[in-house]
Amino acid sequence: MCLGIPGQIVEITDADRLMAMAEVSGVRREVNVACVATGPLDDLVGAWTLIHVGFAMSLIDEEEAAKTLEALRGLGEAQETLEAMADSASALEGTQ
Amino acid sequence: MRYVEEFRDPVAAKVVLAEIAHVVDQIGATAEKPVHIMEICGGHTHAIFRYGLDRLTPPGIEFIHGPGCPVCVLPMSRIDECVTLAEDPRVIFTTFGDAMRVPGSKKSLLQAKADGADIRMVYSPLDALEIARRNPDREVVFFGLGFETTTPSTALSIQQAAREGLTNFSVFCNHITVPPPIKVLLDDPHMILDGFVGPGHVSMVIGIHPYDFIAEAYDKPIVVAGFEPLDLLQSVLMVLKQIRDGRAEVENQYARVVPEHGNRVSLAAIEDVYEARPKFEWRGLGEIDASGLRIRDAYKAFDAEEKFGVGYGAGHRSVQEPDGCACGAVMTGRIKPPECPHYGVGCTPEMPLGALMVSSEGACAAYYQYGGARAAETVE
Ligand code: SF4
Repeated sequence: MCLGIPGQIVEITDADRLMAMAEVSGVRREVNVACVATGPLDDLVGAWTLIHVGFAMSLIDEEEAAKTLEALRGLGEAQETLEAMADSASALEGTQ
Repeated sequence: MRYVEEFRDPVAAKVVLAEIAHVVDQIGATAEKPVHIMEICGGHTHAIFRYGLDRLTPPGIEFIHGPGCPVCVLPMSRIDECVTLAEDPRVIFTTFGDAMRVPGSKKSLLQAKADGADIRMVYSPLDALEIARRNPDREVVFFGLGFETTTPSTALSIQQAAREGLTNFSVFCNHITVPPPIKVLLDDPHMILDGFVGPGHVSMVIGIHPYDFIAEAYDKPIVVAGFEPLDLLQSVLMVLKQIRDGRAEVENQYARVVPEHGNRVSLAAIEDVYEARPKFEWRGLGEIDASGLRIRDAYKAFDAEEKFGVGYGAGHRSVQEPDGCACGAVMTGRIKPPECPHYGVGCTPEMPLGALMVSSEGACAAYYQYGGARAAETVE
């Protein structure tokens, strides 16, 4: 919960709410981009970010994203985060 | 050095390790007279054990594991309040999975869920918001916990709920801040601390200046660090060099992610939604001034404490920790986990008695998880 996970923004989904689709280790997840939206929103498409509990908190480069992901895998945190994302989807449906 | 091969860049790691050994020699630190370096963040504690950094570095360095695991510092009474909220039939209680197994005085959230409470593990407060939108006839409460890294997420979610006019969403706010407990530890005459490795992701939000007091008022070095193993080694080296040179500064090893002044949007959201509580209770540390946050009056409608009359200061507070439980002493670095009488006997990651056994970021769980491998290696 304390460590962010790198993800790439692939599309702006709701400009009013500052929401975007991100790809995190092959999993798609909607995230909030308020904290990294300093310029036009469309500029974020393709950008790598550090995503923390559903919020893109910092822009990073691709190399940093790869390094971070590897460190998270080593700690077992990447798997845990992806599981938490999957669990959350069933929480929305009330089937948890 | 069997762990070094696991580093992303083992050659670079060996170079830094050699330099660390050299500076430790220059300082004259030994196993009998070590320098005490506290890693504040639980993520760092986990990485230190995972990569065996405490043993790759010379015996002249003693790592003290700090209070930087938000799950571990939650007192039982906070969990009891969560259970009370969750067992209210009107409520859908949403929480990060990390909090589920923390023992309360009667039960954990996991047990409350098994007993029929509608408790849902979510990845993000945004998902709790969505559950509120989909269940207009239920009250959706989100358990807001965590340090400054997590605080913006609940602040922004509350702002969003306010914009939408959601009336069935509230946050049970137990957010805490990193600097106040550090001050408590520095003021403790029993603590020997020569320098700090600071949590990088917290500083991504707050910047590095909230730590100025450590250098200025207490004359101790602090280096804000990333959590890759090599980041940690480099940060330890930077702390050691400061000690050798008699400097006390706030340095930023993780500048590629941590801006000096933090993240403007996050800080503005926190400031808009939250204010400091006069005091807040930490497991093992007691009540600490201005160390917790509560929701401002302007957002009262989204404050679960207001809505349900449950929370900090509402009931009788202090709940006795289990007999002989040494969580407090471990948390403040006074003893190592195996010295607790419950360690590995009455308290394991499967059946935790204390919170330090619950999360992989807790010192006890980290010892337990990697301790077996270590014992085997000693025999080799
Ligand atoms: S072993 Fe369990 S009870 Fe003892 S200090 Fe660790 S978490 Fe607390």
